[in-house]
Amino acid sequence: MDFSNSISNLFGKSPIKPLQEHMALVVTCASHLEPFFEAVIANKWTKASGIFDKITEDENQADDLKKQFRLNMPKSLFMPVSRGDLLGILAQQDNIANTAKDVCGIVLGREMDIPSSLQADFIAYVKSAIETCEKARKAIDELDELLETGFTGQEVKFVKKLIRDLDSQEQKVDKRERKLRHRLFKMEADIPPVHVMFLYNVIDNIGAIADTAEQVGNQLELLLAK
Amino acid sequence: MELFTEYGTILIILAGAFGFFMAWGVGANDVANAMGTSVGSKALTIKQAILIAMVFEFAGAYLAGGEVTSTIRKGIVDSSVFVDSPDLLVFGMLSALLAAGTWLMVASFMGWPVSTTHSIVGAIVGFAAVGVSTDAVNWDKVSTIVASWVVSPVIAGTISFAIFRSVQNLILIQDNPFERAKKYAPMYMFAVGFLMAMVTILKGLKHVFKDIGVSLTFGESIVWAIMFGILVAIIGTFLLSRVKRNEELEIGNRFANVERVFAVLMIFTACSMAFAHGSNDVANAVGPLAAVVNVVSSGGDIAAKSSMPSWILLLGGAGIVFGLATYGFKVMGTIGRKITELTPSRGFAAELGAAATVVFASGTGLPISTTHTLVGAVLGVGLARGIGALNLRMIGSIFLSWVVTLPAGAGLAILFFFFFKGVFG
Repeated sequence: MDFSNSISNLFGKSPIKPLQEHMALVVTCASHLEPFFEAVIANKWTKASGIFDKITEDENQADDLKKQFRLNMPKSLFMPVSRGDLLGILAQQDNIANTAKDVCGIVLGREMDIPSSLQADFIAYVKSAIETCEKARKAIDELDELLETGFTGQEVKFVKKLIRDLDSQEQKVDKRERKLRHRLFKMEADIPPVHVMFLYNVIDNIGAIADTAEQVGNQLELLLAK
Repeated sequence: MELFTEYGTILIILAGAFGFFMAWGVGANDVANAMGTSVGSKALTIKQAILIAMVFEFAGAYLAGGEVTSTIRKGIVDSSVFVDSPDLLVFGMLSALLAAGTWLMVASFMGWPVSTTHSIVGAIVGFAAVGVSTDAVNWDKVSTIVASWVVSPVIAGTISFAIFRSVQNLILIQDNPFERAKKYAPMYMFAVGFLMAMVTILKGLKHVFKDIGVSLTFGESIVWAIMFGILVAIIGTFLLSRVKRNEELEIGNRFANVERVFAVLMIFTACSMAFAHGSNDVANAVGPLAAVVNVVSSGGDIAAKSSMPSWILLLGGAGIVFGLATYGFKVMGTIGRKITELTPSRGFAAELGAAATVVFASGTGLPISTTHTLVGAVLGVGLARGIGALNLRMIGSIFLSWVVTLPAGAGLAILFFFFFKGVFG
């Protein structure tokens, strides 16, 4: 017997958990950047290539989760949050993994050499970008608690605080980015121009990862506004 | 009438068998819908749900099911038309039972949306309007019933929306939701006890009181219901005192312990849901049977006033229990496994809203669909931003159930009606 009349057909699959799982995977993917750049600086290209493989794997998996998520979001679903906002968050989350992979791909493909005087700042910059992703994940992790309270009360205040933390972390990344670019600008005459161009590109992209993480937080804030 | 002296026993046995068949269908399919939310939110195991269903379905049918039974028995058809031809009423009720039972069975196998209430009402209207004459249908009553099908999910949704909002404001948005939950849960338990007691006293026990010469004023009834509510709240407080906060559970979700409090509360709303379902849906199977027995045993006197023999209700209750035992537990398991997104804090609000609506409808004698009412109640909680995702296609399936089940029940009943008329008439 098929019980299409049963009350169970009323319940769709909640999008909250899959969204959180996707975010966790994406942040894992981005957090590979730190060991990756350490390997690059130490000139261990086989190791770096191994880490790149891991990033690619995570990114592919995140893509799969994204596709499944979208397939499970028919328009007939009635949710406490807007479908568009959720899909927006998902797209931003996915961008984090994509950008992380792109950055590694360029660095690995060109076997890029990071000027030794920039190395310490560079690693700190990468770390703080990853930290931004972590903070975004923390905020997304609160979605199930938000649902539990029906998006009201203390929980909303708590999530707003998490988002403020996220914003200030992103500003720190911005500051580091400006500093790093300025220092690169001072020494760019001594480095082959194409190389300089790509260094700027890598710095930009790492900044973009932190930016995207902040965007995830902003989108989450939109959910709270309604 | 000659027919009744000659074939009376056979007719009653047939009606009993068809009634049992229909009750079986209710137990196999419908009860699972009413209890599935409790199983799905893991407030009850399947065994516990079945046990509660057996006890409270029966209690609901016996204590508060009289009004709906009487609507099905003599409210939908206009008795005065049948005074000269009581045999037609008997054939009609037999065919209505058989038609509704068959349709439920077929539709369940095919996975079509069905509702026991709609099947039986459609079947009775069908045989009366087509088989006898359009005057034989009490159209005023029928339109009231149809209106109640639209209104009941809306009312249930409104109630459960309000209940869930109160849970949000009193408990969930506070700093110490666990302590608040323990403090306020007995209040909701009181509401459950009060509700069931009130309907039972006002409707179900009316004839019992009359027999033993007791009469309660409305005020006295309220006092008794309040006392029963307090008793339920005390039992609930005792159960709640055993729920201790377990910090380990809060690592993943800070509300895990709060939900454990609501799971206790849900035991009580599950009882009220089974009670409500019993009070409304058992009548679907029992009402036509009662009509047949009434006419046959009085020798064809439609107007004869006779109280319903208790074996009829017993048969209905037994059929439901049998349906539960043979098939219902499986269905309940399937439904329970599918409903995983519903947490006890929402499930209880939905169940209480639905149970209140159904019990109220039972009190006024309106046969409504428990499943549809529960759908309305769940949507109400959803509107309060309480549920992760709801599939709105279910609303379409409800409309389909109205459009498909009514004519199907009616068509089958007409078919069987002429068959019985040919065989016995």
